[in-house]
Amino acid sequence: MMAADPVSLPTAPTTAISRTRMLVWLGYAEALAIPLLALLVSALLFSVFLLALGKSPVQFFQLVWLGGFGTAFSWSNTLLRAAPLMLTALAVAIPARLGMTMIGAEGALVLGGFSAAAIALPMIGVVNPWAMNAAMMLAAITIGGLWTGLAGSLRRYRGVNETISTLLLSYIAIAIMNFFVEGALRDPADPNKPSTRNIGAEAMIGKIPGIDVHWGLAFAIGACILLYILMLRTTFGFACAVAGGNPRAALAQGLPVGRLVVIASMIAGACAGLAGFFEVAAVHGKANASLAAGYGFTGILVAFLARHHPLAIIPVAILFGGIAAAGGIIQRRMGLPDASVLLLQGLCFVVLLASETLYGRLRLFNPALRTERT
Amino acid sequence: MEPGSAFFMVMMAMIGGAIRVSTPFLFVALGEMITERAGRINLGLEGTLVLGAMSAYATSYQTGSPWLGVLVAGLAGMTMGMLHAAICRLPKVNDIAVGIALMLFGTGIAFFFGKPYIQPSAPRLPSIPLGGWSDNPQVAEALKINPLFLIGIALAFFLAWALKNTRAGLILRVTGDSEVAARALGHSVALVRLAATGFGGFLAGIGGAFLSLYYPGSWNEGLSSGQGLMAVALVIFARWHPIRCMLAALLFGAAGALGPALQSIGITQGYYFFNAAPYILTLFLMIGSAGSKKALRDAPGELSLTR
Repeated sequence: MMAADPVSLPTAPTTAISRTRMLVWLGYAEALAIPLLALLVSALLFSVFLLALGKSPVQFFQLVWLGGFGTAFSWSNTLLRAAPLMLTALAVAIPARLGMTMIGAEGALVLGGFSAAAIALPMIGVVNPWAMNAAMMLAAITIGGLWTGLAGSLRRYRGVNETISTLLLSYIAIAIMNFFVEGALRDPADPNKPSTRNIGAEAMIGKIPGIDVHWGLAFAIGACILLYILMLRTTFGFACAVAGGNPRAALAQGLPVGRLVVIASMIAGACAGLAGFFEVAAVHGKANASLAAGYGFTGILVAFLARHHPLAIIPVAILFGGIAAAGGIIQRRMGLPDASVLLLQGLCFVVLLASETLYGRLRLFNPALRTERT
Repeated sequence: MEPGSAFFMVMMAMIGGAIRVSTPFLFVALGEMITERAGRINLGLEGTLVLGAMSAYATSYQTGSPWLGVLVAGLAGMTMGMLHAAICRLPKVNDIAVGIALMLFGTGIAFFFGKPYIQPSAPRLPSIPLGGWSDNPQVAEALKINPLFLIGIALAFFLAWALKNTRAGLILRVTGDSEVAARALGHSVALVRLAATGFGGFLAGIGGAFLSLYYPGSWNEGLSSGQGLMAVALVIFARWHPIRCMLAALLFGAAGALGPALQSIGITQGYYFFNAAPYILTLFLMIGSAGSKKALRDAPGELSLTR
């Protein structure tokens, strides 16, 4: 962009630096403004849709506010959903920084949660709850990491498209869980819904002091910060960015692109597995079909909206956690089907991807465009 | 019961199942094949399938005509496909990501409007009893064939001929292999892809109509379990050729029929495992075919999937 602007060439070094800094800040502003614009446009489109159905958009967004962010109760409800969303979004964002579209977080979450519940079975009431939780978390992270790592390896060694393989692996993961939960590991004491045995009240993960949300939220935010440092402040992250930008150039530089692909997909699976662990150890207490609650799919949208930036995932996950938390109240008060949240999410996603075309084309954020014409 | 007759029952149930289960695969795969031959991949066909199933069922319930439902499902699918093409023609937009978004969007619309149609029962598509000559009830049951299956088979042969021998087929192939060449010949790349993706969506919608109006033959939110997605993998395995798409769809149908067929003779052990058979089969086929030289040779040059 500097080269395209003839004015900046003869100026003194100090102004050149401040000009570079300005361009960087304009880049940040662009990355913030375009997704916000996309959200606004999708809210408008959804309002038109509601008007066409004879419903009030004002009431809808008031209810989203009330059900998601209006009261202390709704905040804890929102954060409860935001925690797994952050982790599943990381599971999409980390491979995306390497140029891979991996969308199998749902499967890694389910399988991770199931492994945690399964490894806990012989320990219930025998082993100290702390040791039990540690073993469960380790199992969830390991199995989740290996599961998505499999898709990364298939990509590395066989060139299998990672988008399709991760989704297929999701279906297989859910089938594996159902196979065990309805068969060998089913709790005979629970006649209603096929589940594994409950891990017991004393082994459940507690709440963070002061707020009514379990520790999974702290771990999720911690993971976002940790992966921000890894992906944007270390040579590993830089190597990933280079490999994502231009794999051939990265190979020519001697970067181990294949190994990076596998490691990134394992990190992704580990994040989703961790989300599964907290769903089991802090929410359900057991593994059953409720684990496949769609966090993996909403996480895709969260990651894209955050432009695969680990820190930006935190607020976006809270926003969509809030919309999901408001689903119940919208259903009751407005008589809309529970799928309205899914529809709104899908609409946001479509508009957001269409808005990607605006990057580098708005004059407000790209001063070089203004001088090009003259 | 002697083992020979149990084997016969499983075989008949699998043949019948393969014909029933493969039809949605067949339509979605043929549609996706045309879309990919134009150089674009539409991963959103899973959402299109669900939307097609819902709109077909709703139309059939409201009007009493299942065939009108099939048409409406096709048109709904075509709209989704054209939406995909319209968004992807913008510069810097990733077609795979748009497909994922439309998968969520299509499912969202279908669930939103489909809620009132979960309970009532709509008129279903008729079937042709081709097994009437046989006294054996299993044979007769297996050979009750839906006209859509026959249309799908005919369509596969027609598309194979049309791709090779017609002007439209040539334009489609040129666009898929080289945008530059298509432009040099004076064809609009965006327009060709709009038509190809719209056609793909139309067929995927019909595949959805088959799900809700014939087999399993009702509308609910768990109706499609990844058939739309597996069809995309199937097209890669079939190396973008209509006849091979048809054969692969039959193979997938047989794999999908394995679980219910075993259940019909009382083997319920591992039901979930057998239900996962098509996904596992797809994955293995992708591992086997993805990196092969044959696949790379047959792939359309502009396809982002194989680059």
